Amino acid sequence: MATTTTAEPTRRDFLYIATGSVAAVGAAAALWPLIDQMNPSSAVLALASIEIDLTPIQVGQSVTFKFRGHPLFVRRRSPAEIATAKAVPVSELIDPIARNLNLPDDAPATDANRETHPEWLVVSGVCTHLGCTPTAYEGDFGGWLCHCHGSQYDVAGRVRKGPAPQNLEIPVYSFLSPTRVKVG
Amino acid sequence: MSGPSTYVPETGFTRWLDQRLPILRFSHDTMLTFPTPRNLNFWYAFGAILTFCLGVQIVTGIVLAMHFDPSATVGAVPGSSAAFDSVESIMRDVNYGWLLRYVHANGASMFFLAVYVHMFRGLYYGSYKAPREILWILGVIIYLLMVMTAFMGYVLPWGQMSFWAATVITNLFSSLDQVTGGLKVGSHIATWLWGDFAVGGPTLNRFFSLHYLLPFIIAAVVGLHIWALHVPGNNNPLGIDVKGPQDTVPFHPYYTAKDAFYVGLFAILFAVLVFFAPDFVGNPDNYIPANPLVTPADIVPEWYLLPFYAMLRSIPQKLIGVLVLGGAIVTLAFIPWLDTSKVRSNRFRPLMKQFFWLFVLDCLVLGYCGSQGVDAAVVGIPLVWVARLGTAYYYGFFWVLMPLIGLIETPRPLPDSIAKSVLGAAHAPAE
Ligand code: FES
Repeated sequence: MATTTTAEPTRRDFLYIATGSVAAVGAAAALWPLIDQMNPSSAVLALASIEIDLTPIQVGQSVTFKFRGHPLFVRRRSPAEIATAKAVPVSELIDPIARNLNLPDDAPATDANRETHPEWLVVSGVCTHLGCTPTAYEGDFGGWLCHCHGSQYDVAGRVRKGPAPQNLEIPVYSFLSPTRVKVG
Repeated sequence: MSGPSTYVPETGFTRWLDQRLPILRFSHDTMLTFPTPRNLNFWYAFGAILTFCLGVQIVTGIVLAMHFDPSATVGAVPGSSAAFDSVESIMRDVNYGWLLRYVHANGASMFFLAVYVHMFRGLYYGSYKAPREILWILGVIIYLLMVMTAFMGYVLPWGQMSFWAATVITNLFSSLDQVTGGLKVGSHIATWLWGDFAVGGPTLNRFFSLHYLLPFIIAAVVGLHIWALHVPGNNNPLGIDVKGPQDTVPFHPYYTAKDAFYVGLFAILFAVLVFFAPDFVGNPDNYIPANPLVTPADIVPEWYLLPFYAMLRSIPQKLIGVLVLGGAIVTLAFIPWLDTSKVRSNRFRPLMKQFFWLFVLDCLVLGYCGSQGVDAAVVGIPLVWVARLGTAYYYGFFWVLMPLIGLIETPRPLPDSIAKSVLGAAHAPAE
């Protein structure tokens, strides 16, 4: 090839770049299905909601249900527990955000923002640290203790001792009747 | 590789082959006549031992895959899964299945035992120093691939430990949420890894696929590792360069025999574990089928990851904990440039030697901390503080002590040559 070095880009330079770009876009397009196939399939995404009958749950009891492959805690709180939860100032919390999917994203983590009815706490059972299931009635805050790395949650499912960074998430749910709740 | 080839094809066929594919010449030069320092000790046998381990894992793994069912669908009894059942069937019904599985499962432990000795050996004799930086980094990559492979293999029996190990490790990625704000990049990565909203059937399937693939990638990187070794040749316990033929012996029969002997000893230890204590390193909770609703009271990783686990647990902040965990392995890749000393071997580094052994102790202490419960204490000292101290020393050793000691230490005088040091000045062949 004749090597004349011109400062001006030539038609050939343009052709090289154009061809290269088409090849790059083509490679990326071919790569995407290989990556995206790992995301949840439509069958997984089509998961239904669940309905829970609250009548068998005793005062003070925390029961675990399975919701979208994850544990879900439904806890019937005693008046004393409700009072303790309400007494905690938001400024004392590690995570001051309610993390309640039924409320706006920035709602503060007051106890009132963590439930629809004070007696019933419906909360995800996935530790916000690395996803273990915390154990009820353990720890120093009356709620849950995660055995994996020692995070602790209070009776409103709010994180009180790390390493977990966030309060347990409250899923979308609603009461169908005073004794029946629909989650999801 | 190093020096001109001494291969002479002897038959008509080998002459014919040598001009078309010089594979015999290559094997001859790299495996038979390859000049190797004459003073390599026991600790240098671990390269061969590791090759043996990789071979054992691949062979037993291929046959186990013929009987394993990577499916999380409900198994024979409620609560179990097809995967869990197929592992039990391997243990009970498949001819010699118990042997193959115990060799494979304990083989992972033996593999890590050997790799840790190999790594500490390299650290002690300065085998990472110029011109062996790439050799060392390839080793770090192999180690990382081993960790990934072992982790995915641990998930396959789909017991309680499998399930929760998978949950905790994949959730490490969710810590990225803390820096990506509303985008939740970390959670998306976790979901992408799971193929579900939690660890589940799709996760098991893909882990099996990758667990089968990765050993072959390891084998390929091992090939590069050996290639990189054969350019400068072996380091040796004195850490000085080979000066001429009087310092070396041919690899065969000297080191083939020596390596084979130690592989034999290693195999005896391996057999003792497999036949007399096959569940010694395993966790009994993994004989309970996976239950997504209940986390076992104490989840711990396999012994070979305990030091890293202790680091993760000692940090009360999620993202920082994860970064400290990952950084501990990434740090290893920088060692060739962190060590400022001109002398390779710790035999001649009186100060570094002490900190080296303290580092070995530190890794053991971290491992012990990782094996204990979150709130455990020894003689009133909470282990979480011991682990914090241990983590600080781990990082301090590499990032502070290594550069510093190299500058302030006065090394002991180095011997003139390997031959003189080994044979005594009077007996050394003329140079
Ligand atoms: S997963 Fe709960 S504390 Fe780590």
